[in-house]
Amino acid sequence: MATGLVITLAACSPGGNDGGETSGQDLSILIGSSGQAETDAVTQAAEAWAEETGNTVEVIAANDLVQQLGQGFSGNNPPDLFYMPWDQFQTYAGQGFLEPYADDLANADEFLPALREQFTYDDQFYCAPKDFSTLALQIDTAAWEAAGLTDADVPTDWDGLAQVAAQLTTDDTTGLVLGREYARIGVFMGQAGGGVGDADEVTADSPENAEALEYLQGLVEAGNLAYPQDVEAGWAGEAFGLGRGAMTIEGPWINGAMANDYPDREFISVELPEGPGGPSTFAFSNCWGIPAESDTRDAAIDLVEYFTSDEQQLAFAEAFGVIPSTESGSSAYAEQFPENAAFVAGVEYAQSPVAFAGAATAVTEFNASLETQGLADPAAVLGPFQENLQAAADKANG
Amino acid sequence: MTGTASGSRRGGGIRRGEARAGWLFVTPAVAIVGVFLAIPILLALWVSFSDWNGFRSPLNPNVNFVGLDNYAAITTDTGLDQRNFGRAVRNNLWYVVFVVPLQTIVALLLAVQVNRAVLRGRGFFRTAFYFPSVTSTVAIVVVFQFLFTASGAVNAVLGFFGINGPNWFNDPSGVFHNILAAVGVTSAPAALAESGPLGVTWWEWLAGPSVAMSSLIILAIFTTSGTFMLLFLAGLQNIGAEVDEAARMDGAGPVRTFFSVTLPMLRPTLFTVLTLGLIGSWQVFDQIYVLGGSTAGGTITTPAFLAYQTSFDDLKWGQGAAIAFILFVFIILLTLFQRWVLRERDPKGMGRGGRRAGRGGAADPRRHEPDAASAAVGADPADRALLTGADAREDGDAGPRDGSRS
Repeated sequence: MATGLVITLAACSPGGNDGGETSGQDLSILIGSSGQAETDAVTQAAEAWAEETGNTVEVIAANDLVQQLGQGFSGNNPPDLFYMPWDQFQTYAGQGFLEPYADDLANADEFLPALREQFTYDDQFYCAPKDFSTLALQIDTAAWEAAGLTDADVPTDWDGLAQVAAQLTTDDTTGLVLGREYARIGVFMGQAGGGVGDADEVTADSPENAEALEYLQGLVEAGNLAYPQDVEAGWAGEAFGLGRGAMTIEGPWINGAMANDYPDREFISVELPEGPGGPSTFAFSNCWGIPAESDTRDAAIDLVEYFTSDEQQLAFAEAFGVIPSTESGSSAYAEQFPENAAFVAGVEYAQSPVAFAGAATAVTEFNASLETQGLADPAAVLGPFQENLQAAADKANG
Repeated sequence: MTGTASGSRRGGGIRRGEARAGWLFVTPAVAIVGVFLAIPILLALWVSFSDWNGFRSPLNPNVNFVGLDNYAAITTDTGLDQRNFGRAVRNNLWYVVFVVPLQTIVALLLAVQVNRAVLRGRGFFRTAFYFPSVTSTVAIVVVFQFLFTASGAVNAVLGFFGINGPNWFNDPSGVFHNILAAVGVTSAPAALAESGPLGVTWWEWLAGPSVAMSSLIILAIFTTSGTFMLLFLAGLQNIGAEVDEAARMDGAGPVRTFFSVTLPMLRPTLFTVLTLGLIGSWQVFDQIYVLGGSTAGGTITTPAFLAYQTSFDDLKWGQGAAIAFILFVFIILLTLFQRWVLRERDPKGMGRGGRRAGRGGAADPRRHEPDAASAAVGADPADRALLTGADAREDGDAGPRDGSRS
């Protein structure tokens, strides 16, 4: 709280009326909540802060976060603080919607580098990562034991993954069930040493990416990899919960989904196997966005510091299962929740999924082409992906 | 206000002040239409010509006029935006082609059935058929999602008959493509592989609605038929029993009566139903939004949803507004076209005799009754002579009743 006080005192200096008051402010906070637990936890924390600092807060759980944000900004009445999803961040930053405040935070240096990078635009660290998720490999322990596999067989490379997938495949169960979309298949591109690049250099049609698709297509043809649609499930987690897949690749949200829908499914999460290009996974995160030139800037920053303190982040982790975004917070989390250690470990080598302005449309198109054409001919899906991303990059670079 | 109004009333025959008073009275309505309709539409028109990114007011000084750039991006500039728009139009076009005729036919059949005097429990059926229309589309979509999942009720029923049902809402394959695939054609012939309008190949244009879109078509017919049934029912009840009777006297069977008497007399209703159906199905949004919009390989995206997505997700508000305006113009043109197709044709050209012209036009649908009855028996002069007699008698019978009604 010392830092909060410093800011408060600084703000009391004369002439500091341009967003500089940190008490007596009315803050509206728009969150894209995963459920009542998250809404309650955030509301409680915000109210505790408000009482301590003499502000008032109102936490609004959005039905459709992006739509409500867009509406708020276009109506010139954005929330004072909001969840900024990673896939929209660069679009918003590029359009000048966001206040680049994160370097002013007292704990600015404590955030994990991969997350810091995710919310950096034009070399400016815009907003504080709220928490993060990475992808890991989930293994159904019952199926694993039934196939006669032991701890020593946990796959660490592509060959190992192919092998256990083959061993786990039975008449009713496919070894690995994986979402047929960039956000899952992209980790294999990274493991092959590729990736789709960024706005400065688009590398979607690289040979490494083709290699990744060929590897996955090999698994499909061997019958050891299926997509959720093929096993009559809405998403990979459902297929995993129903026992139609013995392994899947999802983030920490799988814990909540399994606990709610398939409480009998016992599983572990391990780090993703390495590919020829080394280990790789995706990190997804939201940050705490503050609108540009906000009247309540300093109070909002103070609240972000409160929210992103290790103590508070661990409380959030306990309440609704997210992983703290700071170095010390995440390691404390890994100790407290050893079953989720794989997700924390992944952040060391995680890539950010492509997210520059306009990339989302190209990614949607890529996902659609995977659905209609499959992976059999990598060039046929990667070529247009490259073309569309490049066009979006050219536009994003002006 | 009252002063002006009563003043003009006191003015007796001098009605000069009335125009002003009239304007005064409609001012609230004009203001409401202006604020909630005219100004937003003009503002949206401006946005479609600007580079507004959704930050602050669209009229702030940082917003620039960019001419037709937004329109060009989705229509003439080759690229993903153009292709996405083309596909959205394609998806919606097939949706309209199937939904509008089917829902009209289903609605008409239902209306005729529940209009029959002999039907027991008419009230029950009327309510039952109308029920989907008063239920929220969103709720129905959610129920349909359960029914149409890969392991859902619909596929269970199909499985009972030995049919392996598709993964409905996730299947991006076009139904025409699937039919062609059944006879061995799986890729585009060279003539169709070329790029057609809006960057979408002819092969894709002709794919038909995807399986996912077909489920939405079924859903739309299910939900809207009830509403239109009600309109048809109102139209049917406007047709007096004597008209049916006259047709029967002239020897027309039930089928002939329906097509030659009932249907022509329902033309104003038919126009309303088709127009509302056309506009509604070109603006389809709720269902798509609930399903996530870009699932099923982008085959359920419609221009209305694309306008929303382009604006809110990609913050390209100008482009989104441009899509909305193209859709707007498109709907207007289609409605005009439909009006032209369903127009009251020149009676002479149709060989229906000059009776309608003699009666002075189409203002009151009930005035056509005898006319339509004459259509029932065709243009044969002998028939017409017969009809004149029937008409005269009918007119005499119906006269007083008609007079008291109108």
